[in-house]
Amino acid sequence: MNETHADFLTLLAGIICVLILASGIGYALKQRVAPDGTNATIENLNARILAWWGMTAFLAVAFLAGRGGVIALFAFTSFAALREFVTLTTRRASDHWAIACAFFVILPLQYWLIWYEWYGMWSLLIPVYAFLILPIIAVLQGDSRNFLVRISQMQWALMICVFCASHVPALLFLEIPGFEARNVLLIAFLIVVVQLSDVLQYTWGKLFGRHPVAPSLSPSKTWEGLIGGVASATLIGTALFWITPFTPLQAAGMSLVITLAGFFGGLVMSAIKRDRGVKDWGHMIAGHGGFIDRLDSVVFSAPLFFHLTRYYWSLT
Amino acid sequence: MTRSFLAWLTGSAITTFARLITAVRAIWDGVDPVPSQRVYFANHTSNGDFILIWTVLPTALRARTRPVAGADYWLKSPLRTFIGRDVFNAVLINRNAEERSQDPMELILQGLDTGASLIIFPEGTRNTTDKPLLPFKSGLYNISHSRPEVDLIPVWIDNLNDVMPKGKLVPIPLLCTVTFGAPIRVAPGEDRKDFLKRAETALLALAPADETPAEEATV
Repeated sequence: MNETHADFLTLLAGIICVLILASGIGYALKQRVAPDGTNATIENLNARILAWWGMTAFLAVAFLAGRGGVIALFAFTSFAALREFVTLTTRRASDHWAIACAFFVILPLQYWLIWYEWYGMWSLLIPVYAFLILPIIAVLQGDSRNFLVRISQMQWALMICVFCASHVPALLFLEIPGFEARNVLLIAFLIVVVQLSDVLQYTWGKLFGRHPVAPSLSPSKTWEGLIGGVASATLIGTALFWITPFTPLQAAGMSLVITLAGFFGGLVMSAIKRDRGVKDWGHMIAGHGGFIDRLDSVVFSAPLFFHLTRYYWSLT
Repeated sequence: MTRSFLAWLTGSAITTFARLITAVRAIWDGVDPVPSQRVYFANHTSNGDFILIWTVLPTALRARTRPVAGADYWLKSPLRTFIGRDVFNAVLINRNAEERSQDPMELILQGLDTGASLIIFPEGTRNTTDKPLLPFKSGLYNISHSRPEVDLIPVWIDNLNDVMPKGKLVPIPLLCTVTFGAPIRVAPGEDRKDFLKRAETALLALAPADETPAEEATV
């Protein structure tokens, strides 16, 4: 076993301890308040904790499987997220081929380019080439009704669900001196800090939340939840500096940036859901809704985290 | 033995593919997934309709549920015959009155008399119009009239038409739902037209509120 594996397993053991604690609290709450399962908040909490176990297991297996495992996991996640997003977009029958191309050509190509370590191409594929090619495919069908709305939403779906999400596995290919072969820990750092921030914002908000940040967008997001969640997740991120190439102060700065980006990501995606008149993006993950509901924060923070790390720490 | 294993394998491949493309989810709204004998009647917009219903039925129910399908389509090639007969165990009826040797209703009732549940599309053909439903054919009434002890379950399939519109070879992945509603039966003395109207209403009631074409609903 090498050092990376040892650090990863230490981190995993920590997460498992937290999950055992959370499961215990969830069970105790249920026994004390509503053993018959009638308290919706507690049932939702327990469903979330259970889904966390599942997600941790998936991530752990993918990480131990190496680069291929991580890329495959995120490619599938992008697929599931895009499926949810496109379901809610404005479409016409004439968009069929453009949408099929997004799913079956652009998405696999993006992840293949990341695997192939062709940074110049994967960072342009969707913002430039897909941006130009998809409207061409759509326009050839000769249907101009709602054209700008349709192609804009298709591009947005690809940017969020594929382009931004693919920055997570792209972290594997940064070359950071003194951090060789440990890149998978960067992914673990990003996901753990951002997701913990979500959980802590939810917890602080449930416990002390009084003043909504954006009542017209998301009544559950409060200033108390935001400040408490971001502050405590930043503290945990700082404490995790030993799995990163960062100093404790740098880890704190990174944690603050990604938790804030994650918060605003959640807000943006809430606005879209509200506009479309849905509560959740999908139903894949019990207690969480769809893939996008769970990943909105990671998707918004991943490109920032990738480029900050690349610019200041990486040789590539 | 080999043939039934192959059928099982093909069936699993088809349901896995259906789940990958549509992440299909069953909503049991007014009825439970229990193995009593039933006739599921659904809206019909796509060739994949009964595959989605078949996919979301729990295994125990799926094993005894047979779709009613057109023999002209399913007996066209050896592969289709294998899928129609061995995988889905379909009740194959000939829709062309001049060619057929057996009355479709006779075959349907025979299927029910073996204890199987059935999936039927009472519109009789695929709906390619903008209307949510075509007027029902009399078949549904005749079934319930002849076998009044069998529950008829309305089943609304949502979004599959956009996944695989007519004439397109490649499906696009979109989330689909299959909603099962409360059972109905022909009431004693109920008129054919009244019953069919009631059945249409029961099915339409399961459609999501925004059942206008997608581009109208979401702009």
